Amino acid sequence: MSSPVLAVDGLSVTFETRRGPLHALRDVSLSIAAGEILGVVGESGAGKSLTGTAVIGLIEPPGRIVGGSVTLRGRRIDGLDVKAMREVRGREIGVVFQDPLTSLNPLLRVGNQLEETIRTHLGLSRGAARQRALGLLAEVGIPAPAERIDHYPHQFSGGMRQRVVIALALAADPVLLIADEPTTALDVSIQAQITGLIKRLCRERGMAVMLVTHDMGVIAETADRVAVMYAGRVVEEGPVDAVIHRARHPYSRGLMGSIPSMRRRMDALSQIDGAMPRLDAIPQGCAFHPRCPVRVEACHHERPDLAGPPGHRAACLLVAAEAAHAGA
Amino acid sequence: MPAPDTILEARDVSCHFDVSPPWLTRVVERRGRRILKAVDGVSFRVRRGTTFSIVGESGCGKSTLARLVVGLVQPTAGTIAFGTAPDAQGKPRTPRLQMIFQDPYASLNPRWTVEDIVAEPLHELKLRQGAAISARVGELLSLVGLARTDASRYPHEFSGGQRQRISIARALATEADLLVCDEPTSALDVSVQAQVLNLMRGLQAELALTYVFISHNLAVVRHMSDDLAVMYLGRFVETGPAEGVFEGARHPYSRLLLDTIPDIESPNRERAPLTGEVPNPINRPRGCAFAPRCSLATDLCRSERPELGGRGDVAVACHHAA
Ligand SMILES: Nc1ncnc2c1ncn2[C@@H]1O[C@H](COP(=O)(O)OP(=O)(O)OP(=O)(O)O)[C@@H](O)[C@H]1O
Ligand SMILES: Nc1ncnc2c1ncn2[C@@H]1O[C@H](COP(=O)(O)OP(=O)(O)OP(=O)(O)O)[C@@H](O)[C@H]1O
Ligand SMILES: [Mg+2]
Ligand SMILES: [Mg+2]
Repeated sequence: MSSPVLAVDGLSVTFETRRGPLHALRDVSLSIAAGEILGVVGESGAGKSLTGTAVIGLIEPPGRIVGGSVTLRGRRIDGLDVKAMREVRGREIGVVFQDPLTSLNPLLRVGNQLEETIRTHLGLSRGAARQRALGLLAEVGIPAPAERIDHYPHQFSGGMRQRVVIALALAADPVLLIADEPTTALDVSIQAQITGLIKRLCRERGMAVMLVTHDMGVIAETADRVAVMYAGRVVEEGPVDAVIHRARHPYSRGLMGSIPSMRRRMDALSQIDGAMPRLDAIPQGCAFHPRCPVRVEACHHERPDLAGPPGHRAACLLVAAEAAHAGA
Repeated sequence: MPAPDTILEARDVSCHFDVSPPWLTRVVERRGRRILKAVDGVSFRVRRGTTFSIVGESGCGKSTLARLVVGLVQPTAGTIAFGTAPDAQGKPRTPRLQMIFQDPYASLNPRWTVEDIVAEPLHELKLRQGAAISARVGELLSLVGLARTDASRYPHEFSGGQRQRISIARALATEADLLVCDEPTSALDVSVQAQVLNLMRGLQAELALTYVFISHNLAVVRHMSDDLAVMYLGRFVETGPAEGVFEGARHPYSRLLLDTIPDIESPNRERAPLTGEVPNPINRPRGCAFAPRCSLATDLCRSERPELGGRGDVAVACHHAA
């Protein structure tokens, strides 16, 4: 097997606060091959965005990477200096942040922002950059791009701005796309256009994608593999179909169960009881045990590592016991 | 004066933006003024204590309509009128409006702590005094699944979904009678989303709150709505009781919209987006705006704009709606 485009190994991120350190990411490992889409899911606050932020070197003090490594196409990129990292970010890694507005300058026309990125990273002429910008806007479904390219961000709708940010992230032909909730503001049809575009770039150019989203429908139709995060850790990782339909970790099973159905209206949506622990109060043992319907005594003090057959692993003592049993 | 249980009534409301290039460019390139019709002749009525939802393609004018309702933009034509809502003593007064914005981060002041943000409407509207303010802030935070101790932190210290919940807590603090929610739960995972939506429904039942609700998540819309409007390029193409529209959508666009929902039970990995030309609000087609993408379109559709009308509760704007 060829080496992955992105390899994150044992990554830990801590925020130093007055009340002591907050361990926001602990021992996170992921890898994404060329042409592959890894979906990252998990409850609000689980550490999905932070994982992306750490990969692109944008963790800000008081936060810092306290362990692990990030490797892009065989080259360590954690610890690069600011300038080198900015180069990597524009050219090799395209980023769609969760707050699309933070990537757009409200004072610049949409077209100028795209052309600027294209010219800096691809070295195209002014005219060629404008053509590429127009093409990108059309690909993300902006109506009448020639007419809209010289508008300002505030003249676009929320979903149109989100699409401009996607166009910006793809502008320099990155090898890795980190897309944090890229389709939240989009209707299903335009969503299909965007995910179709991303899939095509994976297939044709071998782009690797880290797709963060809480929309399981998008995951089911787009991702190849899925990583489920909980309280700063990856608790399950496997092929998309297996994770959705045969989730091993009790948290993942609860997550799949609380998806509202389109088929009928429910009186109350099902929710996993309780809340994810706060970073300053992560329990001993398995972080999920206080909410877990199948916990056993050992879960209170023993922290499970990812276990199970390679390819579909879960961090749960029961899964580990099962795997050991099957192996014995 | 709107009917007694009506809290909001919009009549033939339009909102047009002038997006013309600068004068000199227009002269040099011999181009006229360009008018973008974000909302174009929309009428609807919202009953107190109910949820009126608006769905439709990105860019079709939903947020603009929301901004018209709360008065952030003025209609180019048409009127928006409000009924009344009872105050604490049960006396009728003009309803209090509040909006939850589509961009949660942009609507939170980064220099304020969460406490400042959520407490502001309490001070501003004199809803609580003294120590009761902090207590209320703590209460609201736990209602949306945050911790009381989060009150002393700043917005940037939170995840996207946590920030969205801060703006929901703030909106709930206003005790507004009419809450305009623009994608209020788009950044929330299913579990937290369920918690917030259940909370909103609970408050609605208890306090007779009215919601104008915008979301791309049709499962959520179905869960929340009493009435529903499907919008296409600045106009309503189908409107009526939500269950009626969900069960028997008649406009070809509504049908398409309801058919294309991704479903984890039967994922369609080769999903195709809508084909045909993406509609342009600056240069609307003459007849039905959906005609260029509609498989049923005839010459009539391309020349004459269908008006909303129909059988029973559901009104449809289509020449061929069965
Ligand atoms: N600057 C900061 N200071 C302290 N804590 C922080 C800071 N930034 C993030 N965190 C915490 O780190 C945790 C993970 O945040 P992250 O943004 O990665 O969540 P997420 O999984 O992306 O959630 P969401 O789905 O809500 O976007 C959260 O609990 C958040 O409060
Ligand atoms: N201030 C403005 N000036 C010019 N055009 C505008 C302005 N605000 C909105 N528009 C345009 O009006 C149309 C409708 O925008 P609106 O934000 O209402 O869409 P929306 O339905 O909320 O879309 P989304 O689902 O993407 O948020 C879009 O074409 C948008 O570009
Ligand atoms: Mg996030
Ligand atoms: Mg909008």
